[in-house]
Amino acid sequence: MDGNDAVTHVAYRTNEVIAIYPITPASPMGEISDSWAAESKPNIWGSIPSIIELQHEGGAAATLHGAAQTGALTTTFTASQGLLLMIPTMYKLAGELSPTVIHVSARSLAAQGLSIFGDHSDVMSVRSTGFALLGSCSVQEAMDFALISQAATLESRIPFLHFFDGFRTSHEVSKIEVLTDEEIRAMIDENQVRAHRARRMTPDSPVLRGTSQNPDVYFQARETVNPYYEACPVITQRLFDKFAELTGRKYSLYEYYGAPDAERVIVQMGSGVETTVETVDYLNAQNEKVGVLKVRMYRPFSAKFFAEAFPETVKEIAVLDRLKEPGSTGEPLYVDCVTALNEAIANGFGKFKSMPKVIGGRYGLSSKEFTPSMVKAVFDNLSKENPKTHFTIGIHDDLSHTSLDFDPSFSIEPEHVFRGLFYGLGSDGTVGANKNSIKIIGENTDNFAQGYFVYDSKKAGKMTASHLRFGPEPIRSTYLVSEANFIGCHQWLFLQNFDILKNIKEGGTFLVNTHYSADKVWDNLPRVAQENLIKKKVKMYVIDGYEVATASGMGRRINTVMQVCFFGISGVLPRDEAIEKIKDSIRETYGKKGDEIVNMNIKAVENALSHLQEVKIPEKVTSTIELNPLISGDAPEFVRNVLGTIIAGQGDDLPVSVLPDDGTYPTATAQYEKRNLSETVPVWDPDVCIQCGKCAMVCPHGVIRVKVYDKELLKDAPETFKSIEGKDKSWKADNHNFTIQVSVEDCTGCEICVDMCPAKNKQETRLKAINMEEVKPIHAQEKENWKFFLSLPEYDRRKIKIDSIKHQQIQQPLFEFSGACSGCGETPYVKMVSQLFGDRLVIGNATGCSSIFGGNLPTTPFAVNPEGRGPTWSNSLFEDTAEFALGFRVSIDKQQEYAAELVKKLAGDIGDDLASAIINAEQHTEPDIFDQRERIEILKEKLKHIHSQEARSLEMVADMLAKKSVWGFGGDGWAYDIGYSGVDHVVASGRNVNLLVLDTEVYSNTGGQASKATPLGAVAKFAAAGRPVEKKDLGLIAMTYGTCYVASVAMGARDEQTLKAIIEAEAFDGPSLIIAYSHCVAHGINMTTGMKNQKAAVESAQWMLYRYNPDRLLRGENPLQLDSKAPKIPVSHYLDMENRFKMLKNTHPEEAKFLYAKAQQDAIRRYQTYKYLADRHYELNGTANSEVDLKEALSKNK
Amino acid sequence: MNLSTSYLGLDLKSPLVVSASPLSEEISNIKRMEDSGASAVVLYSLFEEQIRNEQQELHHHLTQGTESYAESITYFPEPSEFHLGPNEYLNHIRNAKEAVDIPVIASINGSDVGDWINYAKLMEEAGADAIELNIYSIPTELDTSSTDIERNYINILKCLKSTVKVPVAIKLSPYFSNLANFANHLVDAGANGLVLFNRFYQPDIDLEELEVVPNVVLSTSHARRLPLRWVAILYSRVEADLAATSGIHQASDVLKMLMAGANVTMLCSALLRNGIGHIKFIEQEMKEWMEVHEYESVQQMRGSMSQRNVADPSAFERAQYMKALRSYKPQV
Repeated sequence: MDGNDAVTHVAYRTNEVIAIYPITPASPMGEISDSWAAESKPNIWGSIPSIIELQHEGGAAATLHGAAQTGALTTTFTASQGLLLMIPTMYKLAGELSPTVIHVSARSLAAQGLSIFGDHSDVMSVRSTGFALLGSCSVQEAMDFALISQAATLESRIPFLHFFDGFRTSHEVSKIEVLTDEEIRAMIDENQVRAHRARRMTPDSPVLRGTSQNPDVYFQARETVNPYYEACPVITQRLFDKFAELTGRKYSLYEYYGAPDAERVIVQMGSGVETTVETVDYLNAQNEKVGVLKVRMYRPFSAKFFAEAFPETVKEIAVLDRLKEPGSTGEPLYVDCVTALNEAIANGFGKFKSMPKVIGGRYGLSSKEFTPSMVKAVFDNLSKENPKTHFTIGIHDDLSHTSLDFDPSFSIEPEHVFRGLFYGLGSDGTVGANKNSIKIIGENTDNFAQGYFVYDSKKAGKMTASHLRFGPEPIRSTYLVSEANFIGCHQWLFLQNFDILKNIKEGGTFLVNTHYSADKVWDNLPRVAQENLIKKKVKMYVIDGYEVATASGMGRRINTVMQVCFFGISGVLPRDEAIEKIKDSIRETYGKKGDEIVNMNIKAVENALSHLQEVKIPEKVTSTIELNPLISGDAPEFVRNVLGTIIAGQGDDLPVSVLPDDGTYPTATAQYEKRNLSETVPVWDPDVCIQCGKCAMVCPHGVIRVKVYDKELLKDAPETFKSIEGKDKSWKADNHNFTIQVSVEDCTGCEICVDMCPAKNKQETRLKAINMEEVKPIHAQEKENWKFFLSLPEYDRRKIKIDSIKHQQIQQPLFEFSGACSGCGETPYVKMVSQLFGDRLVIGNATGCSSIFGGNLPTTPFAVNPEGRGPTWSNSLFEDTAEFALGFRVSIDKQQEYAAELVKKLAGDIGDDLASAIINAEQHTEPDIFDQRERIEILKEKLKHIHSQEARSLEMVADMLAKKSVWGFGGDGWAYDIGYSGVDHVVASGRNVNLLVLDTEVYSNTGGQASKATPLGAVAKFAAAGRPVEKKDLGLIAMTYGTCYVASVAMGARDEQTLKAIIEAEAFDGPSLIIAYSHCVAHGINMTTGMKNQKAAVESAQWMLYRYNPDRLLRGENPLQLDSKAPKIPVSHYLDMENRFKMLKNTHPEEAKFLYAKAQQDAIRRYQTYKYLADRHYELNGTANSEVDLKEALSKNK
Repeated sequence: MNLSTSYLGLDLKSPLVVSASPLSEEISNIKRMEDSGASAVVLYSLFEEQIRNEQQELHHHLTQGTESYAESITYFPEPSEFHLGPNEYLNHIRNAKEAVDIPVIASINGSDVGDWINYAKLMEEAGADAIELNIYSIPTELDTSSTDIERNYINILKCLKSTVKVPVAIKLSPYFSNLANFANHLVDAGANGLVLFNRFYQPDIDLEELEVVPNVVLSTSHARRLPLRWVAILYSRVEADLAATSGIHQASDVLKMLMAGANVTMLCSALLRNGIGHIKFIEQEMKEWMEVHEYESVQQMRGSMSQRNVADPSAFERAQYMKALRSYKPQV
């Protein structure tokens, strides 16, 4: 069970109304609750809680508020920015003494950059709301404190925020003692529940709350709650004691652990405490006198309880905060600690006679590792005569020199704890297998078990690292495994890229999945691997996991095979017993999915061990193979030294000084990160090709490129470079050739290009103009060809006819090699926008998939053209992107206006003709913009010779006189839900902002939760029983303003319509909204044929194609053009192509039947509605000056 | 007038049985079949691939892209229970049995011995009165002999017979070297009935897309000729009931099949084209014809025109081929 599971176990059972909204890492709590409710699982009162998803966390908090006020037991789950959105309501909840618990997987806040990982930035931001703050340190505590906070809020009437560290606790899998329903019932006082009910708002006994108060009484009224805050710690401690009686697990508000005569003590909250406890034990065993004070209740902060918790021998205290409060006198826990001790000493409570030395420090931001070595460094610092305060630990701060030195080789991992490290690919099932191994060991032995999983920053071709520990005592090591008894490398490629054996301990065991047999593998190992194997006397085994998995029907999922091998050689369980347990576990895990799945896994179990081979390790290193360079040699210095270090997995070693201080990074960096992910790549057949450009258009990763160029340039071409005469008349006339080139090093192998290619080989119809082939034989030649291809000049943009795909695709994409999922349905739209307007593009990007593939370090796919121009990109928040982009627009327009004013003022010096040409430039077309840029260059040249303040000012804003295209990108979660009010405002603003909604119809980035874009009948998280209502028609709503360009597109259905819509939207001098159907892995589809799903969605009228252009009104035309034809396939044909719909038949067959039928009716109605709107006759009509005129005008517009 | 017959040990009120088709996916349709006079219904087929692929597909889509990225560790809710296709099918049998009084025959369709055969047992437990085994395979391997193919059929049948107690009919294609010999082997292996014949949906080529496309063509009365010949040949020569399927569209088709020796006739295309109520129309026509021609019962005519009972047995053999050709006058 992980931390989120543990909390939900209690929160679900003890509540009636659960308001949810997805946010990492808290989402699983809402997901589990929704799933349980869909399966009619009751709470401890035998009733199924109502689960309600909101449009954002502010909405969730408000619903919580409403539910609490009307007498329900209510809870919610959140983290990070989500918690910040709840702040206004939290003041209300506390001010009205409303019992409720908010469970928070504590996470960093977005500042110079966003982070999904854990620290206390979020929970500390709500410390003044009046909520009680109770922090857990482990998965066990997360479950226990979830219950204690629930009991405490009912008794104290203070709303509680229960927090535990994001990922480290929320996602750590651990063996814990699970609370029974009886224990839960025993802790919840029914009298308090009744008292809560009795306070509810009801017209049967009406009250008034939420009054507006004036200076006369507000202050006094604010002080009325003091007795509750004084009582709260006492109540909570009493409940801790009651809990101890029930379960044997004892807790205190402020709990000291360590030497009774300790002199040096660390004060800390959260999961880091566990590591400190472990280190304290180690150091005290070395005759040191140290301890740790665990702060469990941070608000209300009881100075009395706190001061009394320390041994009187304490002389030095280091308070560790897991956040940064810039500009403060110290981080919050430190400040509270100092204040509390001062008060204690001044008022004579607690054990201190005089003030001990108290210093503060920061650690663990964004889940930064916090290890025993760091704990030791903090204690060592305390021992110094002048210890460093306001220090940092865990980083190297060479800028402000705040950091303490620590010894990374210091390890206290006990011998009796087995430590395993497993490296796998997301798609091979490694993490799942490891979670299963923990379950097997946890359930079948007396051992305790712990699992923590580290994922990659990319979505395609990602490496996962599983850190497992098993041991006879509870495991407190809340840090990664550094000295592993066992390392499993489930992908051979990792060995070639990374020093995988760096963390193996002497005498450890190494298992690798490889095609090489035991007698061949040695000669193919990189030098560094051989060195480690010999130096550390490692036992090595190989298995061809893919061969066994394939033979067993498992395809590329080698999880079961590798798991069996692990148990077979690690000795953590007797081999035969382990095999039986794995089989039992397979039956339990997969039984519900059918015998077929069970049988193939069992088959894999039975086949695995016979294919396992031990490798005889020679005595000498023989390899000359070096690790693959992960970044290309021609990368700029910053990319090589900083981003390259991150790519190599060494980002922890980067010192402060090398990182940008304001979060600004260069673009065009993905090109240097050569990931070589795919074993097969597309290969172009020029003779079959019809030069339509569709393969390049759909390529989600921008690896397929088209160029048209002068034949003469081919004289320097590599021998294997492919080229053919251009088919288009204009290309022929210019003596131009045509090439489609693939960057094989960047391809993810999704094959969507092959699926999309319309040309077939006339001799062998199975072949197309682009076909997948093995990369190995062509890798070197294609690298060379790619290099030559890049050296060919870009086609003159002024001559490209952008209104047809085959011409438009010659435009250079300024979005390339993203880390999006293989076969992504969003990126082709982004790429198309980058091709059309990339050199003048300003992007505000909502948080979500597009911000992750767009801006997740280390590299970005946004690129630059040969002139150095390209998209400039930023992510503000999830909810504010439309307004953020509006800010760009207003700012740019203002600077443009100012620049024009200056041009006018300086017209005499610049020359009237140039000034007039610049000010009046149309800038509708590429040549217009090109000409304007030339004029600006002339202007800048002239300004150099004008000596005035105005000239200097104009130099700074002159570039703004060239057109800038402002876009807001984001997903449906943004546009339909959390950011909808902003979208609506921009749509109504009249300003030239283009909003592109990459509509995957779920919150894809956080794992597929339902949004208001989720269609009727789709199964999604938060809609486990199928979404019961129709998708919101965002486009239709936007059209009602009549002043916004609106389009609904689906590239896979009609690419030319998509292109037309994007061009028209950008050309429209006002707001525009493009809603783009984006197929997604969260749909449960074959990603290779995702474009076919788009087509089926349109052909069934499940998705409409249309364009609404207000400019047409000026011409007396109906602004709405319906690009969809009448439905030609039943909706069910489309629905059955996608697991999100189809699985409802497997989970809720009756509902599925109803919703399928309803979906068909909705589709017909939808088509008829749009058809009606698009068929309406429009005419230019004059001003109605009289009732007669008005009647006439009305009669024209029937 | 007595229209009753027996098939697979089941007493049926008439020889009008509805064969496996999408029509039986709805319980309301099955009820309408009974109301229109159907004497039994063969439910739509549960396919071996359905049993295997559905599980595989569901598993694949629920695991695709998971455990790869910290924010989206999974993409779907994971319910504790799935109603997989086969279970849905079993429920469908139960519901059908509750809804109607006529016998309900479950249909299972596969091509090789495998775990899917175990579902026949579950079908029996769910209340199926009999099982129709539909072996649908197009052997294409150059090294597979006709003996191998026939052995595979026999093995599947034996395997299925060993799992269930209810009668089993086997639905065949006509493409065997000596169907009579093979039919005899099937009866030895335990077949209680032979269903003649399976209609293979033949592929077509889309000239514009250069793709092979499935092409469902509903049968016409012409399709009746092939089963008619074999029903007539096998009648009383094998110890199994005979069901005639393909091309049963009107009363005359039914009457001819009965005379050839069929115990029952099975309707599909006719109902897809004309609606379920068409059964009533056929029955009425049958009765009228029998009345005019003074037949008292179906039993009276059954097998009367079989190869054994006709004056010229060669009419069902090669000799008839020459006659047919000679009678054909090409239009030039």
